[in-house]
Parts: sequence; C-alpha cells; structure tokens
Amino acid sequence: MKRGVPLIITFVVGTVLIFSVFIPPMENLGENFTLFFDIIAVFAFFLGGGNLLRVHLTKLSRRKRDWEYSIVTIVGFFFMLACGLFKIGNPGDISASLTAEGSWFQTIYESMFVPLGSTMYALLAFFVASASYRAFRAKNREATILLLAAFIILLGRTPLGTFVTSWIPDSFSIMQIPNLAIWIMNSPNLAGQRAIMIGIGLGVVSMSLRLILGIERTYLGGDDKL
Amino acid sequence: MSFKKNTLTVTPSAFSFSLLIIIFMTAAASVVSASAVSGPAGPPEADTVEIVIASPTSPVVSDFKYDDGNSLILTWVPSIDDLPVGGKVLGYHVYRSDNGGEAKKIAELIPGSNYFKDDDLYGDTTYVYHVVARSANSRAASINTEAIQPRREWVNLNLKYLFLIALIIAASVIYFIETAKRGKKLFVRKIAGLEAVDEAIGRATEMGRSILFIPGINDMDDVQTLAAITILGRVSRVVADYDTKIRMPVARSLVMTAARETIKASYMAAGRPDAYNDDMVNYITDEQFGYVAAVDGIMVREKPATIFLLGGFFAESLILAETGNSVGAIQIAGTARPAQLPFFIAACDFTLIGEELFAASAYLSGEPKQLGSLKGQDIGKGIAMLAILLGVLLSTIAAVGDTETITEILKFITKVFTVTN
Amino acid sequence: MNAFTPPLALALVDIGRVISLVLIAGGLLWLLIRAIKLKEVERRVIFLFIFISVAAPILFPTVFKEKATPIVKAVFDKIESLPPGSKVLLSYDFDPAMAPEVQPMADAFSRHCLVKGHKIVYMCLFATGQGQFTRTMENVIRPEFPEKIDGVDYVNIGYKAGNEGVLNVIISDFKKMFPTDVNGVPYDSVEVFKGIRSCKDLDLIISIGGGRPGIKEWVLFVGDPGDVPIATGVAAVVAPQLYPYYPKQLLGLLGGIKGAAEYESELVIHYPRFKDSPTPALLMMGPQTLAHIVIMAFIIIGNVLFIQGRRKEGKQ
Repeated sequence: MKRGVPLIITFVVGTVLIFSVFIPPMENLGENFTLFFDIIAVFAFFLGGGNLLRVHLTKLSRRKRDWEYSIVTIVGFFFMLACGLFKIGNPGDISASLTAEGSWFQTIYESMFVPLGSTMYALLAFFVASASYRAFRAKNREATILLLAAFIILLGRTPLGTFVTSWIPDSFSIMQIPNLAIWIMNSPNLAGQRAIMIGIGLGVVSMSLRLILGIERTYLGGDDKL
Repeated sequence: MSFKKNTLTVTPSAFSFSLLIIIFMTAAASVVSASAVSGPAGPPEADTVEIVIASPTSPVVSDFKYDDGNSLILTWVPSIDDLPVGGKVLGYHVYRSDNGGEAKKIAELIPGSNYFKDDDLYGDTTYVYHVVARSANSRAASINTEAIQPRREWVNLNLKYLFLIALIIAASVIYFIETAKRGKKLFVRKIAGLEAVDEAIGRATEMGRSILFIPGINDMDDVQTLAAITILGRVSRVVADYDTKIRMPVARSLVMTAARETIKASYMAAGRPDAYNDDMVNYITDEQFGYVAAVDGIMVREKPATIFLLGGFFAESLILAETGNSVGAIQIAGTARPAQLPFFIAACDFTLIGEELFAASAYLSGEPKQLGSLKGQDIGKGIAMLAILLGVLLSTIAAVGDTETITEILKFITKVFTVTN
Repeated sequence: MNAFTPPLALALVDIGRVISLVLIAGGLLWLLIRAIKLKEVERRVIFLFIFISVAAPILFPTVFKEKATPIVKAVFDKIESLPPGSKVLLSYDFDPAMAPEVQPMADAFSRHCLVKGHKIVYMCLFATGQGQFTRTMENVIRPEFPEKIDGVDYVNIGYKAGNEGVLNVIISDFKKMFPTDVNGVPYDSVEVFKGIRSCKDLDLIISIGGGRPGIKEWVLFVGDPGDVPIATGVAAVVAPQLYPYYPKQLLGLLGGIKGAAEYESELVIHYPRFKDSPTPALLMMGPQTLAHIVIMAFIIIGNVLFIQGRRKEGKQ
C-alpha cells in the first residue's frame, strides 16, 4: 500500500501527460502540473530551511569543529530574511518593491551576493588551466587529435589566431585558424553533440517508461518487490 | 445566393443586390469603426485633406486546426495603399462581433499585416470579423467575414508521426522487457564507470573515508535527478553492506526528502536500520554557487575517498570535479548536459555520457526487466541512424541529380521527423 | 585609455605590459626546462600563472583589433537592416554569475538599437535579470542616450515567474502577461506597445544569457511557432549547443566574450560616436588571449613531461 499508491499515481499521471500532448483539450495539463510542482516545491523550502537551521544550531550548541562559521550562516540567514520580509530600508512601507533602490536587501544583494557569485564563477579560469594541463596528454591517437583540436580552438578564440594565419590567401580561408575553429565547432563537435542529444532523448524515454510502468522503483525507497 | 463555408456563390440575377449589400456593409463598417476608434466622424478640418486609402480585401476566417476550440485564424489581402516605402496605411485594426453583437476592436496590427490569430474564444459563440486599414486621418474597412464557430479537435493530427515513433519505441521497450522476463539473455556493453562503482565504494571502506554523493542542482522534476536518486538507491545498498560513511549535500529540499527515503530503505533492506542517520543528507542552499562553495568546503575538510557527481550540473561542474581531484578522490560523474561533459571527462576518473546516466540504474541492478528497456531504446537509436543515413544519402543525390522523386521523399522524411504544432 | 591619457601613464602601462610578458615567458620557459627533467608542475604554480596572465592585461589595458565572424555579423546586419522604429525585444535571461560574459553583449545590443532608433522592449525570464537591466540603464541608456524616453523609445516590463509558461502566453497575448510596465504604466498607455499585441508583432527578439529558461525556450515556444526572427548572445560554454539552430532557427549567435568583442568592434567601426564608450568585451579579450596562450603553454609542458616519462620507462 505504501508503495502501491505512489506507483498508481505515477502511472496514471505519467500516461495522462503523455497523451495530453496529442489531445488538444488537454494540452495545458503539462503546464498546470508544472505549476503544481512549483507550489509543492515552495512548501518544501520550509523543510530545507528548517534542516539548514537545525544542522547549524546543533553544530553551534555542541561546539563542533568550525562552529564559528555556523554563526555566520545563521546570522546571514535571518538577517536577509528580515530585510526581505520587513522591507528594511525600502522607500515606502512594507508593501514596497523588494528590490527598490535603497533597500537593504538590494544593497546586500549587489555588494555581497553578486561579487561572491562572480568570485566562484571566476574560479573556473584557474580550474580550466589545471584540468587542461592534466587532461590534454597525447597518450594515443584519439587523445592527440583532441589535443590538436583544443589548440586550434584556444587560438581561434583570440586575435592571435587571426594574426598567426592572416597570411593564408582567401582561397584557402578554411585553413585560417578562426575559420578552422568555427569549422571544428560546426562540424565534428556538432555531430558529436547531436549524437549525444539523440542518445539522451532516447535514454529519457526509456527511463520515463521504466518509471511510469513501475519497473524502476528505487526512488520510492525499499526493495523492488511490492 | 447560397453560402458555403468561407465562399460566396452568387446567381447572376442577385449580383447587383449583393453589390449593394457589400457597398452598404463596407460603408457601415467604416462609420462604425471610425466612431469606435476615434469618436463620431466629423467633416475633415478646413486645412486637413482626408487621406483616402483602399480597404483591405478578401478577409477570410477559418478554424485554427488542432486546438481546444478556442482559436480562429483571420487572413486578408492588405490594402493596396500599404506599401513598404511611402505607404499611406499606418496599420490595421481587427474588429470582432460575438453572436451578432456590436463589433469591437480586438487588435491593432502594424502595416504589412495580413494574418491574425484570435485566441481565448468560446466554441458555442459565433464570430464575425472585419479588418480596418487606417491612415493618419481616415479609415477603410473590409467586408465582414462569414460567421464561424471555432471547432474543437480531439486529436492533433500534426503530431501523428511523433505518436507513431513514440509508439514504436515504447512497444520495443515493452517487447524486450517481456523477452527478458521469459529468460532470454540480453547483451549490454560494459560501461566502465558503472563497473567501477563497487571498487570505488570498496576503496572508501578500506581507507576509512567517506563517500560523497552529489545529485546535481536540479529539482525532482528533472529526469537527471531522478536517475541520480535511482543510482543512489543501488550505491547506498552497497554502502550499507560495507558499513561505509556516506554524505549527501543537496541543493533542493524535495531532493533531500527523496534521498533520505532512498538511503533509509537501503539500510533497512541491508538489515542495518540503526546505522542510518538523517544527517547523511542535508540541505545547503538553492543558490548555485553557494552550494558549490559549501560542497567544496566539505571536500577539502573531509577528504572523501569517492565522489559521485551524478545529475544535472551547470557551470559548477568543473569547480566540483577539480576540487574533488585535488583531494585525491576517485570520481564517477554523469550528466545529460552535453556542455558539462567535457569538464567531467577532463577532471573525473569515469564519466557516464548522456544516456549512460539513465541506463546506470538498470545496469547496476542487472535485472532482466530493466536491461530489456535498454535494448528497447536501441530500436529508437536504430530508427534515428537509419533516418540520418537515408536523409544524407538522399540530400546528396538530390543536390547532384535534382530528381523530383528524391526531393519528395526527402521532404516526407523531414516532415516525419519535424514536430510542428 | 583615450586621447586624454597623459604620456607618462601610457609609458607606465607599456612598461607594465613588457614586465608582465617577460615574467610569464620566463616562468614558462623555466617550467619547461623542469618538465624536461621530469619535475611535475604544482597546481598552485598553474594558478599563479593564470592569475598574472589575467591580471596583467587588466592592469595594463591591452586591446586587440577584432573582426566579426559571419555568425556575429548576421545579428549586427539584422539590427542594422531594420527600419527605424522597429520593435525589438531584449530578454535578460541571466544572473550576476554570467554577467561578466553577457552583460557587454546586452549593452552593445542596447546601444545599437537605440542609435538606430528602434523601440526596445526589455524583459527577463530570470528574476536576477532585472538587476542586470538596471546596469544597462545606468551604463548605457542614461549617459549615452539621455534624449530617449521611457515608454516612448524603450520600456521595461520586468520579470514574470513561469519560465516557458510566460512565453506560451506572450506568443499570443503580451498584455495578458504584462498588463503594466515595471512603473505601473498600463500596457495601452505605453507608446512602445502600439502595434504589439503579441511576440509575432515584434521585428526581432534577442535572448541574452545561456541558462534555463533561455534561448532554447525562446526558439521552441516563440521563434518556431510564431515565425519571429530570433538572435542570441550566450556564455561561451553554451554556444556549441546552439550551433544546430543556426542559421534557420537562430539568425545569429554571439558566443562568449569573443562574440561580444566582435560585436563591440563592429559597432565602433560603423558608429564612431561609440569610440569612447566602454567596451568591456574588447578589454577582456586581452586577458582571454594571454590566458589561452598560458594554458596552451601548460599543455605543451604537460606533454613534454608525459613524453619524457614514457622515454624513461622505455629505457628502464
């Protein structure tokens, strides 16, 4: 019963949503179910927020390792919540726009949240270099081809690539590095991407069928027997 | 006079009568539209010459195919004064009358328009349209269209080929599942990343370090996250057997709930319910880079021996993978986002590429029913490969030979594999 | 740097450039020699070189000439060919993390459309897109186009939750989803919206971003069904996925900083008035170029290490 009901719901909803694509009076069903999911996910925020607070308050109360950082988390959590809920610093009253100019919420967003997000994103520059150093080794034929392609793309994305092969006449323009880079992205890379996307599409179909038909039940917990 | 759907069949003796009706209705429509838009039409001012424009012609209304009976399509021939350069027409107004009531303006369109789709209609209401061209100081209305009720279609025949292909793939999946149930052995190629799962978990057990499972940053409505959770079920079963520590930070609350249920069930199935702890799965934050920062911190502090990066990832994929590499963990990654695959391939020990992520759960279980579904999706791949080969061959022949038959076949194949609604 | 920068400052910049190039080249050479002796390069050394290669061109600005590739030129030509008064929609579908790559594109598109006299509708499918539009307002519209009037030359209709649900509605009825602009002005009172009932009445839609919801949703829910010309500017990592859509479903594509730099360059060539306008993408090509060269150098060093290692194993 505990797993039977969710399986029946999955089967009925899954089948109905598949057929709704082909039946015009039902075509908005998919959109509506997406909205239902969004509403459920919003309620789940309380679960997540509650868990976050519980973990950090426990860490704080028991003085576990690095408990000082939990103070930062908890203070940040409540402070932003207060700024947003009570519209602290907003011109106007509590019904004013959340992101109005001068609001504490917007100020903290712009002065802390945005730079922190950009900082994490900027880490990619360093990690791309260390990953490339480690990964692009000519161990075999395929790896060598990958290495050469990487070189052409790296050069082609900079003005240096244009400069290095600018002497090549227009009749052989495909050999100019920027054009070669575009050809690599448009032809072999695209072919590979399309093949992967077709495979992914079919994988999703197979996975979805297994879920709808109840063959795959691991996500419900328990072993595979009802 | 007799009326057919959207056409007018007139007998010669009634011709002049029809002409009078048309002239009268055109004039009436102009007056109605002019007064509806800008108040009663007065005489032009002494120093303003009225710009006379021709009215749009041949307004035709038809039912919009394959909808819920709430749309109609209106087309017309634009006014001959509607020119791309130096035209006198500044735009069009579309008027609609519901059930013979007063015509109301429902749309304003730019010059050059000859098409309008009217939505949010009712199937039990009769609609009549006319179009008014407007200049700087005058209006010219078309005749009325025929009265029409939108029709509901129960089946979208535009998608018949999509339905057929979906049916073939679904049928082949079910066929191979049934075949596998009857005991036939099905060959599935080795997937290196999945073969290494047990070894990776064993490594963590021997080193006395934990396993970190990261299910991506998407929510439970993403099939990649579902695939990750199903793999989690298999992995946590082995983890429970080996008594290894598992840690799973998540970015979505619903994923936290589902993951807890999955791991708890695995521990119970392994006969170790006491070893399960809710803190194995904890929520971090929905924010992408906040989550990454927290997970990186966990990796650097706890130095897990094995990291699973399975699910939907975005820009954070390389940051997570490189940090995992820096702490010396063995990493098994998998995602269905092609943009992130190169990063995982460069930084991780094993990568599940696209469909391998969805096949993982079936592969790890080894159950005939699940493996049968993998065979079924191969039929879909076969259809795709055949269509691509055929399309390439025919396109090449058509480009060289220019045969009408080949071109028609090519158009048919394109139509079959194109989804238009 | 412009015509008014003092000569001393220019000289210092040149010296700084030379010193940083010498440092990087010398350092790489030293690492190559160590690699020949089978000495591994530590991860932190790689990070240090990347830091210098990115910081130096920012501290000592280096701008290279860019030539627009056909895929970028297509977008430029489209905006250029539209008659003044055409209706263009710019959708800010990105968050602050992606802003360094795509904000220059958004600003360049705004500049181009405003100088051509097009009417711009600004909207966003990301909640954080609104904040990014504010930057365009402050950096482009207010300082460079003070004569443009909100509601007459451009309008900001802001963000609506619903992802592709929003697009499903505006493909047939804009007013239903956005009854007012962000300032509360009713739809029918905004001059920019005259003649726009739905997306089909737009002359061009440009989605800027690369996440989800983004350009794929625009193509799927608006471009294809509504037959509306669509172009896009996305982060470099997303661009490869969008090449299948070019040129049928996407008339053009700006991929990453390079695409943005090409567009900025094209804009300056055609409109010299923008010579002194900020061109962050062109400025960022300096760090990108040097960083790419450093990465290539490390790949070579890595391969030298690998080959030397193999040779040693062979001898043993």
